[in-house]
Amino acid sequence: MTLIDLANPTRFLALTTRVLPWLAAATVILLAIGLYQSALAPDDYLQGATVKIMFIHVPNAWLSMFVWGVMSIASLGTLVWRHPLADVAAKAAAPIGAAFTFLALLTGSLWGRPMWGTYWEWDARLTSVLILFLMYLGLMALWRAVEDPSRAARAAAVLTLVGAINLPIIKFSVDWWNTLHQPASVMRMGGSSLDKSFLIPLLVMAIAFTLLFVTLHLAAMRNEILRRRVRSLQMMQASRIAFSSEMGAGSRHDNASKEIGAA
Amino acid sequence: MTALSALIRRDIRIALRVGGGALIGVLFFLTVVVLMPFAVGPDLALLSRLGPAILWLGALLASLLTLDRLFMADHEDGSLDLITMSRTPLELACAAKALAHWLAAGLPLIVATPVLGLLLNLDMVATGAVALTLLAGTPALTFTGMIGAALAVTLHRGGLLMAVLVLPLSIPVLIFGVAASQAVIVGPMSFGAPFSILCALSLVSLVIGPFAAAASLRHGLD
Repeated sequence: MTLIDLANPTRFLALTTRVLPWLAAATVILLAIGLYQSALAPDDYLQGATVKIMFIHVPNAWLSMFVWGVMSIASLGTLVWRHPLADVAAKAAAPIGAAFTFLALLTGSLWGRPMWGTYWEWDARLTSVLILFLMYLGLMALWRAVEDPSRAARAAAVLTLVGAINLPIIKFSVDWWNTLHQPASVMRMGGSSLDKSFLIPLLVMAIAFTLLFVTLHLAAMRNEILRRRVRSLQMMQASRIAFSSEMGAGSRHDNASKEIGAA
Repeated sequence: MTALSALIRRDIRIALRVGGGALIGVLFFLTVVVLMPFAVGPDLALLSRLGPAILWLGALLASLLTLDRLFMADHEDGSLDLITMSRTPLELACAAKALAHWLAAGLPLIVATPVLGLLLNLDMVATGAVALTLLAGTPALTFTGMIGAALAVTLHRGGLLMAVLVLPLSIPVLIFGVAASQAVIVGPMSFGAPFSILCALSLVSLVIGPFAAAASLRHGLD
């Protein structure tokens, strides 16, 4: 089973029908283990219980970048290899990535309120994640703005790849921008090496969230394929109605209602 | 080479004549800058502190708003199809069109900067610094914005959507442009470091922009 074999959407649907329940079960089990372990993890001597937000925050932040990577590979698939499912994968990934990015921002600001005393700080890292979020939203707007999926796919693929080149530049320039204004006033996470009691739950949570993404992504791809089938069926029906009404100008109304009734 | 220079000459001529609208960008730039004192108050000290930022934002918006004409008019009268089919590589043709657009719409913004600097109470050195950073930075805005213009023409959508897509990509240019100008005016920082990064950004976009725009034109036009 290679990537080429999955070019047939029917085969892809059959495979995911078999795989998805197992993936979902693995995700639930790992999430349960991770949450249990992070609940048992000791409080930090400085941050208290708020350190536990990290176990949700860090996997979200990691996935926010990972999903853009997945979309970039899918965009290469659209533009270079013309894989039929690549644009489905890219389109399905965008809202999930936006959700992970939003959750990373949200949990970060919830952590920042007791730690920094403010919900929002124009810290370099926060700012670059916010820009990433804006780019996800722009990409979703692009997908929604064009009716024809294949036309939207190529435009979105170009934009995704340009974004992939630009994201490191933006990250680097925001770092520069922030150090210009307020040098080293905010504390940094993960500067020192993490203790094992924190590291193991964090790794479990990271794997669980990645599995969650894979599960959601496959499910969203299934939905997208089915949605496109419904769309093409509707268009076929509409053209059939238009065609039959052209043929029999007198019995136009009857024909149209018959078509709808038959379909 | 003659094909490219002919393309550049043609684009500049169209942009500067009736219906071209390249100089409206300068008028827009002026209007944005004039609006600013109404928003922040007529405090000259504050205006001179915000001056580089205001000028950069105005130039950014002005160059963004003129960009959707880059391919749209050619698409409407069919000459874009001829350019796509010609033996000149589409990447080079895109670069030539962007260069012509920058000469017609970007350079006038830089020429107008000293006058606008006067309105914002910037002294000679500060105005010169802003004009120099605009000279180094606006090519990057044009060449990254060209990707948005190419997407706009293939999707038959312009305006707000393209602004939303292109503006995040121009953040690095804005950061280093303003940083270099501020370094001259207030900062203890050196002018050289942010300015050379700004030039580097322009050079990178000079490479990436034509390829991305040509790819989206090639895949998008049918």
